[in-house]
Amino acid sequence: MSVNFSPFISKPDTVARIMLKVLIALLPGIAIYVWYFGPAILVSIFLASITALITEALMLKLRSRPITQYLKDNSALLTGWLLALSIPPLAPWWLVVAGTAFSISVAKHLYGGLGNNLFNPAMVGFAVLIVSFPVQMTHWLTPQGLDQINLDFMAQMEYMFFGVLPHNVTLDAITMATPLDTLKTHLHLDKHVKEILNMPIYGSLAGRGSEMVSLGFLIGGLYLLVNRIINWHIPIAYLCTLFITAGIFHLADPDHYVTPLFHWFSGAAIIGAFFILTDPVSSPTTVKGRIIFAMMAGVITYLIRVFGSFPDGTAFATLLMNICVPLIVLYTQPKVFGKKIKANKKGA
Amino acid sequence: MRTLYKFHGGIRPQSNKSQSTQNGIVRTTLPSHLVIPFQQHAGEAAKPIVQVGEYVLKGQLIGIPEGFISSAIHAPTSGIIAALEAQIIAHPSGLTDLCATLLPDGKDEWITHEKTEYLSNTPEQLRQKLRMAGVVGQGGATFPSDVKLKLGMHKVKTLILNGAECEPYITCDDMLMRERASEIVRGAEILCFILAAEEVIIAIEDNKPEAITAMRTAVSGSSKVFEVVEIPTIYPGGGVKQLIKVLTDLEVPSGKLPAEIGVQCFNVATAHSAWRAIAYGEPLLSRIVTVTGNVRRPQNFEALIGTPINELVAHAEELPGANGYIMGGPMMGMRLPSKSVPLVKASNCIIVSSEKLFPPALPALPCIRCTRCSEVCPVNLQPQDLYWFAKAKEFGKAQTFSLFDCIECGACSYVCPSHIPLVQYYRFAKSEIRVRTQEKHSADRARERHEFREYRIEREKQEKAEKLAAKEKAALAAKELEAKSTESVQHEAELHKE
Repeated sequence: MSVNFSPFISKPDTVARIMLKVLIALLPGIAIYVWYFGPAILVSIFLASITALITEALMLKLRSRPITQYLKDNSALLTGWLLALSIPPLAPWWLVVAGTAFSISVAKHLYGGLGNNLFNPAMVGFAVLIVSFPVQMTHWLTPQGLDQINLDFMAQMEYMFFGVLPHNVTLDAITMATPLDTLKTHLHLDKHVKEILNMPIYGSLAGRGSEMVSLGFLIGGLYLLVNRIINWHIPIAYLCTLFITAGIFHLADPDHYVTPLFHWFSGAAIIGAFFILTDPVSSPTTVKGRIIFAMMAGVITYLIRVFGSFPDGTAFATLLMNICVPLIVLYTQPKVFGKKIKANKKGA
Repeated sequence: MRTLYKFHGGIRPQSNKSQSTQNGIVRTTLPSHLVIPFQQHAGEAAKPIVQVGEYVLKGQLIGIPEGFISSAIHAPTSGIIAALEAQIIAHPSGLTDLCATLLPDGKDEWITHEKTEYLSNTPEQLRQKLRMAGVVGQGGATFPSDVKLKLGMHKVKTLILNGAECEPYITCDDMLMRERASEIVRGAEILCFILAAEEVIIAIEDNKPEAITAMRTAVSGSSKVFEVVEIPTIYPGGGVKQLIKVLTDLEVPSGKLPAEIGVQCFNVATAHSAWRAIAYGEPLLSRIVTVTGNVRRPQNFEALIGTPINELVAHAEELPGANGYIMGGPMMGMRLPSKSVPLVKASNCIIVSSEKLFPPALPALPCIRCTRCSEVCPVNLQPQDLYWFAKAKEFGKAQTFSLFDCIECGACSYVCPSHIPLVQYYRFAKSEIRVRTQEKHSADRARERHEFREYRIEREKQEKAEKLAAKEKAALAAKELEAKSTESVQHEAELHKE
């Protein structure tokens, strides 16, 4: 059947293509990840993808929605990938599977499926995992090239699936806390920033290896900006706020507060700015709203990182700000053409 | 150089205009018959003043305007009125309306019509002439021009001639400007004279260099108040309010008319017909129409109003694969319910559609709130929210979020990656709200009537009761009086007895 009502033409853009471009934009970061930490992350991503697609299909069937048509939108894949990237690559296989299944089934479909979820599904999955399995969630791989034992791919797989390590290798020898976490722990031990950053796990900007991964995600993020998949408002507002907040603390007391650049290239700041906070479904729809949302997320990220008990703050900042989205949107309505007052001023 | 301003959003679809501008305007031959609807304009339909079987001349009045907002209808050629009946008209629903069927006699014989010098008329006389010549806006809305020229309380400072023609495929204004520039300018002089406007801006999108050159040459001989302005090609830059914003930075307030901020806007084709009507006494009998799309020779035709569209399309030769006609452009046009509906004053373009040109819409997916729609909305609405409200039938909220400011330009639907027919949702919500308002209105009236009836019954009851009480009282009083009088009589009698 042909279109019966105007407009009869449309831009050849699809949700599937948008999501695909976001997946493509993640590739440089993933490639650098593999370079520094070995191919275990690829297995995590693979597991997450399979779980995401199966859960999505099951939920669609339960909700009697057209399965093939919806599966092809690539949105479940994206959720799976983002979650896999926020979990330690050497974590047991069931961690990423459980997390992804929870993200897709509860955080996405129980809220009404694509387009209706209040929270970013990947971040809900992450929050559930870090609260339920804090130990498994802190065993991050040490970057290759440090004077430590590096597991080869088969050994990594053996540990992921069976929890078996080679002889004379302890878990502590191959894993570490994240650079942000290490920093926090050592600051509590009354060490100075300068001393701490001399540790071998730190590179020139932040954590060795992980800083480069962030750089990879930054490249992907710029690709999204150039291709107009995302708007500049959220990433720029988020990163600038994080920079300024960290900068104020750093200038006031450089011995105890690291540089803003360290914060940019640590943890999930970059991937959060370009890939997570920008999720259209769970972020504000107005320009002003996006800036407020991202700025507040930037401050919360910093506060959780520096004063909170979790190693990173991006995920919780995202979830906290997701709650505020409807309110932010209501109070940041733009002025309609030919009108003086905005919709919300009439008490909508 | 005039400073130009921007309106929010807008899109740049493929223009597809060059196909139909390769050749000049061609006058079509007389069709087998003409079907002339009596309602071809906004407002009240014209009242038929001919009988079946009557012989009419070209230009003869067959429908007179009724009411303030109305226009006249004429016989486009000489011949016999064969029928006066309801026929399918150019409306997407397949609605029928009263039409006159005219069988041409082939002589194309004119009524007597005379040339006039417009300056020898008063503005009011000119207005009346335009009304009786059936001149209406030919940009699509077909609003009677004389009404827009009536001087109200607002002084019109700027007269804008709209030659933007922002919709893809349509080239009728472009070709008219290329070929009849001086007549358009003279028409604009008349409109300017009636309005006593201070300046006349002729706005043309920069994708029509030939038209711009032709119009610039035409105004060079005219008075200084004329200015041809090249505006950027961006859809819907030809929308009245958007155009005014681009040219003057003024925003026509929501729910108001341009005249209220001292601007009046006419399509270039309207100015052209105004000139023909005043200078030559020729009513609006034909118009320029683009026939394009799935045809062998896409082109502009000057065709008589009432020409069956399939006969018009035959001049351009329909190609195999055609699956219907669209009247207007691909952004705001409508699919015609039948191929033989007549050409009307609003028909600026006929696109012969095919599956290849306009592929079937992909199935709609959920909205992901990507806001590509709000980024292109020329009214700065939040289409993703309006869609939500329309879908949930939260019409109150839809109105609060300015649903009625939507101009249905279709830019939101055009960019939607989920292929949601957004404009359809807004049309649905608008009509629902209108129906409900009407229902509420009649319910209110029914309630008022009911309440009044209750009140009346109650009042009558009360009055009856009061009357009864008064009667009883009177009766009682009478009785008392009687009793008293008998008493007194008795008393007297008694006294007498003593």
